[in-house]
Amino acid sequence: MQLVLEQEQEDLRAAVRAFAREEAPRSVLRAVVDGDHGPVPGLWRGLADRLDLVGLTVPASHGGSGAGHVERAVALEELGRALVPVPYLSCAVLAVDTLSSLADERARAELLPSIAAGERLVAVAVTENGRWDTEAVTTRAEPVSDDPAGGAGWVLTGRKETVLDGAGADVLLVLADTPDGPGFFQVDRDARGLTRTPLEPLDPTRAFARIGFDATPARRLTTPDARAALSRVRDLASVAVAAESLGVLAHALETAVEYAKVRIQFGRYIGSYQAVKHLCADSHVDLELSESVLRHAAWAADHAPGEFPVAAAHARLTVPAAAFRTAARAVEVLGGIGFTWEHDAHLYYKRARTLEHLLGDPSDAARVLADRLLPDTAPEAAR
Amino acid sequence: MGESATGPSGAATEESPEGFGARAGQWLAENLPEEAEGEPRTPAEELAHCRAFQAALYDAGFAGITWPAEYGGRGLGQAHQQAFNDAVRDLTPPVGPFVVGLGMCGPTLADLGTEEQKQRYLRPLMRGEEIWCQLFSEPGAGSDVAGLQSRAVRDGDGWVLDGQKVWTTGAQHSDFGAILVRTDPDVPKHQGLTMFVLDMRAPGVTVRPLRDMTGWSVFNEVFLDGVRLPADSVIGEVGQGWAAAVTMLGHERVFIGGMASRRSDALSFTALAGLAVERGVDRDPVVRERLARLYARQRALGLFTRRMRQEADAGRPPGARGSVAKLVGALNDALAVELSGDVAGPTALAWDSADTRATERALAVNGAPSSSIAGGTNEIQRNIIGERVLGLPKEPSADRGVPFRELRVGTQRSE
Ligand SMILES: Cc1cc2nc3c(=O)[nH]c(=O)nc-3n(C[C@H](O)[C@H](O)[C@H](O)COP(=O)(O)OP(=O)(O)OC[C@H]3O[C@@H](n4cnc5c(N)ncnc54)[C@H](O)[C@@H]3O)c2cc1C
Repeated sequence: MQLVLEQEQEDLRAAVRAFAREEAPRSVLRAVVDGDHGPVPGLWRGLADRLDLVGLTVPASHGGSGAGHVERAVALEELGRALVPVPYLSCAVLAVDTLSSLADERARAELLPSIAAGERLVAVAVTENGRWDTEAVTTRAEPVSDDPAGGAGWVLTGRKETVLDGAGADVLLVLADTPDGPGFFQVDRDARGLTRTPLEPLDPTRAFARIGFDATPARRLTTPDARAALSRVRDLASVAVAAESLGVLAHALETAVEYAKVRIQFGRYIGSYQAVKHLCADSHVDLELSESVLRHAAWAADHAPGEFPVAAAHARLTVPAAAFRTAARAVEVLGGIGFTWEHDAHLYYKRARTLEHLLGDPSDAARVLADRLLPDTAPEAAR
Repeated sequence: MGESATGPSGAATEESPEGFGARAGQWLAENLPEEAEGEPRTPAEELAHCRAFQAALYDAGFAGITWPAEYGGRGLGQAHQQAFNDAVRDLTPPVGPFVVGLGMCGPTLADLGTEEQKQRYLRPLMRGEEIWCQLFSEPGAGSDVAGLQSRAVRDGDGWVLDGQKVWTTGAQHSDFGAILVRTDPDVPKHQGLTMFVLDMRAPGVTVRPLRDMTGWSVFNEVFLDGVRLPADSVIGEVGQGWAAAVTMLGHERVFIGGMASRRSDALSFTALAGLAVERGVDRDPVVRERLARLYARQRALGLFTRRMRQEADAGRPPGARGSVAKLVGALNDALAVELSGDVAGPTALAWDSADTRATERALAVNGAPSSSIAGGTNEIQRNIIGERVLGLPKEPSADRGVPFRELRVGTQRSE
């Protein structure tokens, strides 16, 4: 088990951090916050061209770097730390992992190279009613024998709430229920009957859309087991979400500590008061545990398939919640200035809150871990 | 364990950590004594039992794994230590009497001791032939251990020691102790301290066991009346006792944190989940969620201590971050105590005397408060994390720069 990073992984971190500093400074972030929420297109191409970061885990045969989840976690930590407004989680994580977990070689050949090149954005539409599982799905897929376009073979009808980066995506990968069980479908941006409604995001650096399907043509993606694929995608995404959360956590802690070292009240630095010092110490504990849990899950994703499902659920339960606690403590340590729109503290608070929800409601994280630890007695079928 | 106690990397490591761990697992399976049925052993029998096991463990090459080879250790790295810890994780080896020596006193001697001290003390300590205790706390000085009053005065070549120590774990069966005392009351409190090796059988040393809240006697009062200490019993330098104490406390915190989350413990996830299944409460969604959260915390601590070991092997010793492990261990114990009420049911209140598991669980529940006191309280660990890890400013202190003689210490009425 490897829980410390190699030199090349630290070099990758330095490169992503430099990119964030140069290409996504505060002015860029603030333009997103006060303007159109969500990703900045130029940044995405930069990430692909300058750092080859978009196709990090895409195999070399499909135009990517073929790197592992340890590397992708390092990249996500830095993107989270600087809140770089790019669709990395939706496209480089969820879409890439969905394509790799399914068995549809045609979709891989068509989509992965252009994703890795930063040319095409793909988003994934799974959750309904806050749940990342097949049971909650009400979106229906029906086979069509007499499709006039002679093509897709299926039509989708239904609605997905809160699809991350759904409005800007060129292609959507959609989980829907079919007469023979759950399945994944590919839907193109100008498909008939597709509606996309941008939503108001809690986190103003992130974009969500409601996606509606009304007899929308779709192509079914090959997979021997949609449930297993769905579970695998969530596990890989759990590592990614935890990694981004760790970056958020680390930055929020640094912000609080820096301020506690310079702010004076009652003739003393506020960091010398135990009430403040102990808040920061608790956040440091959150940081150390979170980093340990994340490194283990990322390592297991690459090297220990047997341990991975528990490790992934562990990371999802631990790190986003720790990031949120730390971001909330940072606002408290900052006092009034921390509650202003002008200070960035609220952006970390909102980002952490959002990360806790991305893969299903937060309470679901403990449920999934429990079901994996106590599988023989899980109330429903073990997930 | 500090760098100087770690063998030179590459030396004597012809065996991989995996191979070493597998061999340790096999050896333990063959040599770990069965728990005796019937009459419990007397304390003297128990001690002899533990000593025999520790000697066999050492002779098989599984004690003093990271200690320097020239003093009888194996000179291996933290990866080998971790492999051994993994092998022993589900087991309960009878090594209780040796943990203070192996975890704290020994590593400190390896860091700071003279050549003669290391030659004299380390091998018998590793083999369980000589038992050690740590004599820091006093009635007037616990968290503020630098406020201690026991004093050693020069007398010819050596020193004469007077005073009192308290909460001394294992003093009643110890051969030696690492004792921190004042050697100069005219300088500020941290500057006038010296650490010594104390022969617990020397004339003038009186040990009185204290009964703790579990009903057992683990810690003691130790009275010191005109005890003679030879000149060569100083650990480190005269007047540098605080630095020596910080070294030892650093080992202690890493060590205590590393002891936590053993699967064999009555409050481990494994034990409590097993009990929940037995009692059929594992289907209760609330219990399931709390079990998952307990697992998450205990496993996270195990992963953190493992990460610190890997960092130490890569040349980055943990320093004050050991306090994180110490603090989390205490918080996890408190969490497990809460949960144990949900899963244990009526046996959380009263049980048959023959029910050994309920007895052990009750002992763990009643012992848990010591996790947040022994080795430095939770509040002190948070101070250390805040000040020494995060670099936050210290509190203003009433005693900085003041000669010890003029200070108020211990238990006194507020004005
Ligand atoms: C089971 C057990 C085994 C032990 N074994 C040993 C041993 O082998 N050798 C040894 O030397 N000692 C040993 N100790 C002693 C232990 O180190 C002390 O009890 C501990 O450091 C606390 O000191 P105290 O008891 O004097 O409490 P105090 O220091 O008086 O603390 C009382 C309360 O005040 C708080 N407090 C004190 N100072 C501060 C501060 N600056 N900021 C905030 N809060 C503060 C504490 O957190 C605590 O809540 C043991 C203790 C226990 C319980």
